[in-house]
Amino acid sequence: MALVEIENLSVEFPTQGGIMRAVDGVSLKLEEGEVLGVVGESGSGKSVTMLALMGLIPFPGRVKADKLTFNGRDLLTISERDRRKLTGKDVAMIFQEPMTSLNPSFTIGFQLTETLRLHEGMDRKAARRRAIELLEQVGIPSPESRLSAFPHQMSGGMNQRVMIAMAIACNPKLLIADEPTTALDVTIQAQILDLLMTLQKERNMGLVMITHNMGVVADTAQRVMVMYAGQIMEERSAADLFASPQHPYTAALLAALPERSEGGRLATIPGVVPGLYDRPKGCLFSPRCAYATEHSRSVRPELRPWAGGHIRCHYPLGDPDRDAAIQHDHPIKTEAAS
Amino acid sequence: MLRFILTRVSLIIPTFLGITLLAFFLIRLVPGDPIETLAGERGIDPARHEQLLKEYGLDKPIFVQYGIYLSRVLQGDLGKSMITQEPVLNEFKALFPATVELALCAILFALMIGLPAGIIAALRRNSIFDHGVMGISLTGYSMPIFWWGLILILIFSVQFDLTPVSGRIDVLYYIEPTTGFLLIDTLLSEEEGAFWSAVEHLILPTIVLGTVPLAVIARMTRSAMLEVLGEDYIRTAKAKGLSRFRIVALHALRNALIPVITVIGLQIGVLFTGAILTETIFSWPGVGKWLIDAIFRRDYPVLQGGALLLGVVVMSVNLLVDLAYGLINPRIRHTR
Repeated sequence: MALVEIENLSVEFPTQGGIMRAVDGVSLKLEEGEVLGVVGESGSGKSVTMLALMGLIPFPGRVKADKLTFNGRDLLTISERDRRKLTGKDVAMIFQEPMTSLNPSFTIGFQLTETLRLHEGMDRKAARRRAIELLEQVGIPSPESRLSAFPHQMSGGMNQRVMIAMAIACNPKLLIADEPTTALDVTIQAQILDLLMTLQKERNMGLVMITHNMGVVADTAQRVMVMYAGQIMEERSAADLFASPQHPYTAALLAALPERSEGGRLATIPGVVPGLYDRPKGCLFSPRCAYATEHSRSVRPELRPWAGGHIRCHYPLGDPDRDAAIQHDHPIKTEAAS
Repeated sequence: MLRFILTRVSLIIPTFLGITLLAFFLIRLVPGDPIETLAGERGIDPARHEQLLKEYGLDKPIFVQYGIYLSRVLQGDLGKSMITQEPVLNEFKALFPATVELALCAILFALMIGLPAGIIAALRRNSIFDHGVMGISLTGYSMPIFWWGLILILIFSVQFDLTPVSGRIDVLYYIEPTTGFLLIDTLLSEEEGAFWSAVEHLILPTIVLGTVPLAVIARMTRSAMLEVLGEDYIRTAKAKGLSRFRIVALHALRNALIPVITVIGLQIGVLFTGAILTETIFSWPGVGKWLIDAIFRRDYPVLQGGALLLGVVVMSVNLLVDLAYGLINPRIRHTR
């Protein structure tokens, strides 16, 4: 049994301009102890997908899915009460901005022991002892004195360590890290990633690493899911994906990495992610795709198994019949130059 | 911390001077003088008038008068009422508890209704409840106190005969002032029914005086709460699996209270201004009514002394609020 099973998940937000679909038909399986990287541009729905799994979609957002289970438990029909017993205990989450993700009015100690007392039923003393242990585990020096510190008295890196300590406090089976290093400077980024990976291995916990940093994914993830405009574009093992991306979008993302550029101007993907009003009829990436055809602009591709993973594209890059298919479907002159 | 208090206390001195200046000169801008007012419509013999003015030192140039007044104040002498011949400080001490009692009840009333109303309005944003509360509080905020007081008297006292019209307690009772707070003194006196009589007399003035702070607190709580509920740390609290009640009542409210407390601090001054009107409407024997009477009688020492004492009270309360602010907001806790 997979730790997480999501089938055809959609998250919609009613707005004044109509219904905004932030996540569109996402399906995903995650095994115990697996590290999944979720990449995509801002607004691609990667965070919202995971928030839906956590049950944290803010009102008036609506979550729809054919299946949404965690550790065999159906999250679609679960009661509020039972859900709260899961969140923070078996599935925990850390966020992008450590400085604002901790409550400024309470001490580190209070916020850390709160979780322990709630989920583990520890008394004040036991929770305090455990909190000190946890702070030690996440590499915070003199943890005992830090318990009485307020978030504003610590650095961003330290606060992120506290967030991690809070998240792993009850030995979760799954940790969702939503861009955990984006707000930190580069040396601290590496430390936090190291820490997360060490903890993941020690505890064999599932880890979802949401990021728009391909380098982070390459360093950490076993499997990668590439999202675009709320949909999964490609999903396969990290090694394969980096070696031979199958989706033009993935390829374009990788080509934009400074590490991969061969001098000269850095490659970019022209255009922007479609919004509420300019959602294409066909493939969502087609307006920005160098290989778009009349067919791909009018027919939206389904997510289908491909080369050991999944892909949502009419013309996967590794397909030997690709050129013929593109020719047959009338290629559109690329607007990439503009 | 000590440095902070000292800075704040030293700021009191210029404010103090400002109040003496304003109170002293403003009341003298009003036509008429205490002697004329005392004599009333019968009039007074001009020679006698001159003599009395001389006795009270009111014939001297105005700046000399101010100098004399200021030097006396600095020696702790606020002078005597020209009407009752009682020292101003004594009268203030006797009347101030009544005002404090009323002000405290009003602010408690405002908090007890305003806070929950603001919180619920924020949680049910854009609901009928939200629009209702915000509409009512805007109305409450906009209503003139004297008009609101008269309307309440008309409805509850005249129409339905539910509450007394004026005073602090029924004339049947004589309560020895121990603390000056009638709610406490009546309980100490063991006089049957006295406590309830005091409560009855408090109801309408409390509502009238508490309406503006109530409206301000409700609106402020709502907007602060809305802002806080959208913060990242609330999402963190939800991700911890905390109950909705705990998230709202602890994690959100604690932060939302910070601006609300500032506003309450600012309301203290408004409360005393309101007390002057409210006390006049309900013949509440506190310092507000005392000051109004002093204006009508041109009782210079009472007005000057009363304004000064009230000013000191407001400044002290504001200082206390600022200190309390540090308790609830660790980010601005005044260290060293």
